[in-house]
Amino acid sequence: MDFGPYLLLASMEGAVQAAVLALMALGLSLVFGVMRVVNIAHGEFFMLGAVLAWWFTSLVGGHPAFGFALALIGAPLIVGLVAVAADLLVLKRLDYDPERTIVATIGLLYIIQQLALEFYGPDARPVAAPFSWRIDLPWFGYSGYKLFVIAAAVVIMLGVWALLTRTRIGLVMRATQFDSETAQAFGIPVGRVYTMVFGLGAMLAALAAVLIVPIQQAHYLMGGDPLLLSFIVVIIGGLGSLRGTVVAAVLIGMSDGIISVFFSPTLAKILATLLVALVLVYRPTGLFGTRTA
Amino acid sequence: MLELRAIDCFYGRVQVLRGLSLEARAGEVLCLLGRNGAGKTTTLKAIMGLVPPRAGAIILNGEAISGLPAHQVPRRGVGYVPQGRRLFAELTVAENLEIGLMTRGKGAAVRDRVLDIFPHLRQRLRQQAGTLSGGEQQMLALARALCLEPSVLLLDEPTEGLQPSMIAQIREVIGAMRETGVATLLVEQRVDAVLAIADRVAFIENGRNRRTVAAAELRDDPALVHAYVGVGSI
Ligand SMILES: Nc1ncnc2c1ncn2[C@@H]1O[C@H](COP(=O)(O)OP(=O)(O)OP(=O)(O)O)[C@@H](O)[C@H]1O
Ligand SMILES: [Mg+2]
Repeated sequence: MDFGPYLLLASMEGAVQAAVLALMALGLSLVFGVMRVVNIAHGEFFMLGAVLAWWFTSLVGGHPAFGFALALIGAPLIVGLVAVAADLLVLKRLDYDPERTIVATIGLLYIIQQLALEFYGPDARPVAAPFSWRIDLPWFGYSGYKLFVIAAAVVIMLGVWALLTRTRIGLVMRATQFDSETAQAFGIPVGRVYTMVFGLGAMLAALAAVLIVPIQQAHYLMGGDPLLLSFIVVIIGGLGSLRGTVVAAVLIGMSDGIISVFFSPTLAKILATLLVALVLVYRPTGLFGTRTA
Repeated sequence: MLELRAIDCFYGRVQVLRGLSLEARAGEVLCLLGRNGAGKTTTLKAIMGLVPPRAGAIILNGEAISGLPAHQVPRRGVGYVPQGRRLFAELTVAENLEIGLMTRGKGAAVRDRVLDIFPHLRQRLRQQAGTLSGGEQQMLALARALCLEPSVLLLDEPTEGLQPSMIAQIREVIGAMRETGVATLLVEQRVDAVLAIADRVAFIENGRNRRTVAAAELRDDPALVHAYVGVGSI
């Protein structure tokens, strides 16, 4: 294959990465932005979403699209409920103290991981894509499902953006993010907002997982890499800045995809981590961050 | 209307309010006067439920509100203008007002009434609150609190750093609220600013209400003020 088409292929792979990463990082960023909680267990919500997607699709026979549709609704819902429970039982009781919640979410990471190992097992299991169209380009055929993943991620992100900027609940979330004490002084039940945001963040991770699992397979250790990449994205984009998160996800996802195709995935991770170090040194608030604290 | 009965408040282990009592009456402006660090802001935060008292009670219209979760207090009709304004700086003027309106489910009618009081804000609805001038920010903080149609209004140094014409406008609004029967608790640093508007003055010292005096009495005998606040702070 010539260089041009090869680059196109690599870019398309990168775009799929970027789309899924953006969803996942958006969840992490939302939780950090509003609650000031660094959620180390975010990758496990992703993994749980993938494992549940496998479980839902295995329940339903017939055309794979039925199982996938069920997974697309069911997995994020269950993961969201798990996150809500974790918030009510653990984070709230720690008063959202920044240091103690880090330790608590590390604990949560291992609990979810070990439960998955116990009940799902150590195998990687495939999930059938809901459809198997291929787009025929002059140089190569390309999975239509991968394009669907990109489109779905864009739609979901637009939905989150609309939720935040166009609805009352979004206004309440932004007010809580800027000044939770004053928010309370205007009748905003900050505790309930936190619970909802933590659930929403986890649901975004689960959605990302359901979308990717027909490409990648479900495995109980699959949460680690996306967690690392999400942190990279959130730091580069600026903690708590949603726009920065999306831009950084596209940057990191695309370069990860392209470098992985041309060179090696390890080099891609090395470069991404190096970029984080540079950002932290020269622009500690991230590319789009404004917060000084 | 609003009564504080011997409340004790702490930040961690440090006691800041010690058996503080006071009463705000409908259609009256009660000023809290005291040195820096006397506990004036903490008193207002205690009323808002943001620093819950460990002892004593806060009674609003016969209901003890001191045990309520903080977000329930404003829904009972308590409007709060915090020290330093505390606007949602990255939200627009309109969104800041919207949050005020949402507190008690008020609608466009109240919003219009509030904007009639502060016509200047009407032209700046789309502007980010953080980019307003200091005076405009104070107007917005006051407007946001009025969006609750409060029966009790808590104002923490609303004239801090403002030019005289702005101070006059704020005083005018406070006077108008008093006419409609609102009970106002006003924290101020400067005695001269207080005497023009207050009905009664409570001298806060070291977390206690040393004495509540009718403002008329102070106007007749300025020396009283010195006795309670000390010359240095005026
Ligand atoms: N969040 C806090 N944590 C610990 N101590 C606090 C906190 N807020 C206030 N304090 C302390 O409580 C005391 C009373 O503070 P407060 O803000 O109520 O004073 P104030 O009368 O409003 O003063 P000022 O006129 O300077 O605004 C001060 O000694 C202050 O240091
Ligand atoms: Mg104060």
